[in-house]
Order: sequence, then structure tokens, then C-alpha cells
Amino acid sequence: MKYTLSVLVENHAGVLSKVSSLFARRAFNIDSLAVGITEDPNISRMTIVADGDEYVVEQLEKQLNKVIPVIKVRTYREGEYISRELSLIKVNCPAKQRLDIMKISELMGAKIVDVSVSTITLQFADTQERFETLCDLLRPYGIREIVRTGTVAIEKESRK
Amino acid sequence: MISGAEIMVKCLQQEGVTTLFGYPGAVICPFFDYLYKTDIKAVLVRQEQNAAHSASGYARAKSTVGVCVATSGPGALNMITGIATAYMDSIPLVCITGQVRSDVLGRDVFQEADITGACESFVKHSYLVKDTAQLPRIFKEAFHIASTGRPGPVLIDVPVDVQTAEIEEFVYPEKVNIIGYKPSVHGHPMQIKRALEMISQSKRPVICAGGGVLTSGAKPKLREFVSKTGIPVVSTMMGIGVMPSDDPLYVGMLGSHGKKEANITVHNADLVILCGARVGDRAVASPDQVVEHANVIHIDIDPAEIGKNMKTSIPIVGDMKNVLTKLLADVDYTAPAEWLEQINNWKSEYAAVPQVFEGYVEPKSFIAKLSGMMHPKAIMCADVGQNQIWCANNCRLRDGRFFTSGGMGTMGYSVPAAVGAKLARPSRDVVAVCGDGSFQMSLNELATIATEGLNVKIIVMRNTVLGMVHELQDVHYGSRYAITELSTVPDFVKLAESYGIDAAMADSNEQAERLAKEMLKSDKPFVLVCNVHPKTSSR
Repeated sequence: MKYTLSVLVENHAGVLSKVSSLFARRAFNIDSLAVGITEDPNISRMTIVADGDEYVVEQLEKQLNKVIPVIKVRTYREGEYISRELSLIKVNCPAKQRLDIMKISELMGAKIVDVSVSTITLQFADTQERFETLCDLLRPYGIREIVRTGTVAIEKESRK
Repeated sequence: MISGAEIMVKCLQQEGVTTLFGYPGAVICPFFDYLYKTDIKAVLVRQEQNAAHSASGYARAKSTVGVCVATSGPGALNMITGIATAYMDSIPLVCITGQVRSDVLGRDVFQEADITGACESFVKHSYLVKDTAQLPRIFKEAFHIASTGRPGPVLIDVPVDVQTAEIEEFVYPEKVNIIGYKPSVHGHPMQIKRALEMISQSKRPVICAGGGVLTSGAKPKLREFVSKTGIPVVSTMMGIGVMPSDDPLYVGMLGSHGKKEANITVHNADLVILCGARVGDRAVASPDQVVEHANVIHIDIDPAEIGKNMKTSIPIVGDMKNVLTKLLADVDYTAPAEWLEQINNWKSEYAAVPQVFEGYVEPKSFIAKLSGMMHPKAIMCADVGQNQIWCANNCRLRDGRFFTSGGMGTMGYSVPAAVGAKLARPSRDVVAVCGDGSFQMSLNELATIATEGLNVKIIVMRNTVLGMVHELQDVHYGSRYAITELSTVPDFVKLAESYGIDAAMADSNEQAERLAKEMLKSDKPFVLVCNVHPKTSSR
């Protein structure tokens, strides 16, 4: 099972290494880790996607809370949050295939950010599932390189 | 104007530090130079690891934060094992290291090591100071973090130029404000109520007391709770001393090296109350088996320990003393007599009869005799190896303390820890017990003992082998003693005498007991070497 943890930390040098050494030491498997400054420049947010069972996620949460510069840890449940991941995908693309890839890109909501004689580079910001779909569609053309940021997530506002 | 070095010393004075343990080096010189002008006692240890161990013994004996100081690179690196040892046993330390100039950090200059990086996973927190003006805040925070919540070591790495730079004035902050650090200490009232209900329904309850009881100063409360309810107590190695050894309700140390009656009690209980114990693998090898038939109330200040190794029915996060005070106020329960009778039967059934080898000291009965002769508030420092198990299972403590490296199992701990303990509590008997293996890991501290004129007693169990592994090789490796024979064992008596420390050797319990009696009477340090047969078992 995948869990998304949102961790607020003090924006100091060395905080990232304190958190990442924790994963190594406690043998937690994480899929991705994304860090960025929040609306408060003194505070950063880490979004962590981890793989494991209830026990693992509980331990992960508790151990994170023990790291002194960690301010708050939240584990998002299914449906509670919106998550996105930014990816850049470089695909083989001779001139005659450009139209096909442009169509796929349009269909999926990706943006073309670079074109060369033999390749095309797409920018895609969406969920992990949609990213997989896009890759499935592009694979027949030959994916050369993928760069992903890792997931970031934000809590949904209540609609009441 | 005031320099960083002066600020560091002033911070220590503000924190009430009177003694620290250290080893000098070029980039920590500004600090020591200023310290030299004050009345803070700086004890020169003979290797940096021992600075951390001595600070640990000092911290435990005095219930305060221990301070150790080393230089950059090798000095800091040598200290690592001591820091990790303190971390595993939740001992509050502030460890100060010098660092190379901040403008050359990262260029692999002479004696440069990334000590904050190296210690990341076994310090409670660490700082690499970049700005002299931040020193007061950092020291204030470091002492606060080390000593509150679940205690632990905090590392402050200070580049030499930060020590020499000057700022306008020194202001020590009155309060700390660390937004993400607010330990829960009170214990949730609902959980306490639920715990009391669970206790009242139990037929075979047992308390498993760990080091947390001693750390929080909850020993008197626990004893009161036990005498009020009659609930029997087993302890972990770190919890030894929570109950008087001869108390009828004390069953002994549990675990793979503990007493059989203690393990059987836990495995037959219907309620296990874990008090400041983290259910380490050496204490409870198969926690899943215990929870099959028992409810578990787990009281700990560190929420991460609850549910980590053992499934818990009722978690209570809080300081042991607070929680026990609240439990005591409302508890109305007496443990069933049949249960206690059953435990007493196990106690007599499994009473161990030590094997005696002619011409040697039998260590288990000697430890019992020795600790019986010690002052009621004496401190016994046990090292690591068979000697630790002999001490843990046989020392007779009344109101005394038992210091050992429980979690990390660091050989060489006992002698430097005893140095720290004696400096913290000069009026108490302080006895270090080690093996001939572990003694040789820190016998350089005989020089510290001699220099400081410390009345520390050292018992060396000399069996000419690395007994713990030797025994393991007998059981699991067909008695192939791969590098466990200490072929050359020095003449420890002559060695001690070369430091100007009196020493003697014993070949029988009678002789050992006579020498121990004399040793405890004297006000000078003493090394008592006991010849022990290499086949003497740990249990």
C-alpha cells in the first residue's frame, strides 16, 4: 500500500539529511521525496510517498516526529488530498511522427517544451496513474529519458 | 566584545556545568583556553571515547547533562562510539567538537571530518555552528533537548573561527522555542483510567520496568505502587535497581541473559505493564508470543517506542513519574496471592547453583557478596561480556545504581563510566566490574584515575578468554575458538602499580572477599584481579 505523508520542517541547512538518514537507518522504503519552501519562508514542506503497511506508516510518522526540526507530520488518507507530479519525457520523434505525438500530448494534457530533428520533449504535471498512461501511449515511439520530481500533495478543502 | 570561545564557556556556566571530560586539539584550543580561566573542572581522559563514557557515568549518577569535548577529525571520530552508546541508553549528553575553519570546510583539510553527518543517526540532535551570534541559542537548545523528553546526546560542532570571532555582548536566552519539539509528559487521563480498569481485571499482572523509571526519577513512585498493589516486577538490564534485589516482589532481570523465573513470569502473565522499557530484543526475544495471552499497557515518554516492538493494548505517552503518580492516586487493586505463590515457586525451582572450579574465583557468588558489602547507595558499573551478565543477575542492590552499556553493548564502558560517576558522587562507593577483555579496552583510564586521585575500585574478572563469544563458540561453533583466546594477558597487578594504583590478585572466593572488604575500606583506588575459570558460564 502507498502512503502520502506531508511533513512540515524548519527551513534550515541539514534538515534534509536528518530526514533522509532516518529512512536509511530504519529501513523504510520510500518511492519519492519532494521538498520545497512553503508560504512561510522559514518552513519547508516535504512530501513523501512510502510503501508499506499500517505498522510501517505509523512508525514512519512517529520517527519523523522525533526529528527536532520536524514541525508536523500528516498522513493523507485516500480521497483527502490532491497530488501531482511533474515529469519531463523525451521521446523519439522523427518528423513524420510529430503529429501522432502532438495528438497524444493534447489528449493527455501534456505540453511540448522542446522539439529537435529526432526527438520531442513533453512536460506533464498530473497524478502518478495518468503519468503511467501517458508513458504507455508513448512507449511504442521509444522513450529516451524520463525525469520526475516526485509527488507533491495538498489537502482538499471540505465542500460543506 | 566577547569571543565565541568565551560564549561557549559562559553558556556552560549558565547551565550549571561544573565538570566536563575532554581531550584537546588545535581547533578546540580557543575553548579550552578560556575554560582554563574558570573554575569548571576539565578532566583529561586518555582517549575521546572515554570522554563520552565518563560524561555518561557522570550524567547518570548526578541526574544531569554530561558534557564531553573533543577536537575535530580523529578526536570527534573517536568519540562516536561513546555518543552512540549514550544514544542507545537514552543518556543526556552535550558533546562539543572543534571543527576546522568554516571557510575551508569541505576541502579535506588536516583533521577535518564531517562529524555531524557521521553521527546523524545516533544523536538526538546536532548542530554545525556557522555564526558566533547563534552560540547562546544553540547551547540553550542543546541542553534542553538533551535533558527533556526521552534524553539523549546532542552534538555541537564549532569551527575554530566561530570560536575566535567576537560579537558585541553575551545574552543567554531564558527560554527555548523549538516549534517542533514539545514532548508530552503528562499521560492522557482517559488512557490512565483505562489502564486502571485493565489492571483491576487482571489475574496475573507483571510490571516490566526499564531504564525510563530511573531516568525520570520514578523509582520511589514505582516502589510505592508495587507495595500498594503487590504486582510483581521484572526489570530489563537498564532497569536494574528499580527494586531492591531482595524484595520478594522482584523476580529479576528478564531476557535472553536474564533469569528463567523472570521470563516464565512474563510468558504466563495476563497483563504486562511496560514502564519506561522499549522491549529490546535482548529483553523480550518473542514479543508476539507474550501478546498472545497478555494485554499490554505501555508507558513511555517516547511515543515511537510504543508499538514498535510489541503490540500494545493501552499506550500511555508521558513521563514515568507523572503517570505513576496518577496511577497511584486511583489504584485500588491487590495482585492475587496464587499468582505470587506461583512466582515464588518458580523462583525456588530455578534458583541457580553456580559451578565452582578449584583454584579460581566463582564470579557469581563473589558479585553477590561484593555488592552486599557495598554502601546501600553504591554505584556498580558493569562492563560488557560475561562480567555484565554475572553482575546483572547477581548484584544485590538496595538503593544503589547499576550502570552499564545496555543497548549498544560497548566493551570498555565500565571504567570511564566509573570515573564519571565518582566525580559526580564522591561520597559513594563506585565499583567497576570488567573482564580482562573489556578492561584492556579502557585501561588507559587508570592514568585519569591516578591523576584525579579518584577512589574508584576496579574488579577485573581474568579468565584469559573473551568469555561471551567463547561461550557462544562452545554452543554454536563446535568449540572452535576463533580469535577469542587472549593469549597474552598482562600482569594487571604490576600494570596498576605502574600507575601508582594498589592492586591484588585472588584465586578463591574467600581471598577475593577478604580483599574486597579491605578495598572498600580504603579511600584510594584499587584494582582487584580475580582469576576466573574460562569455562565459567554466563548464567
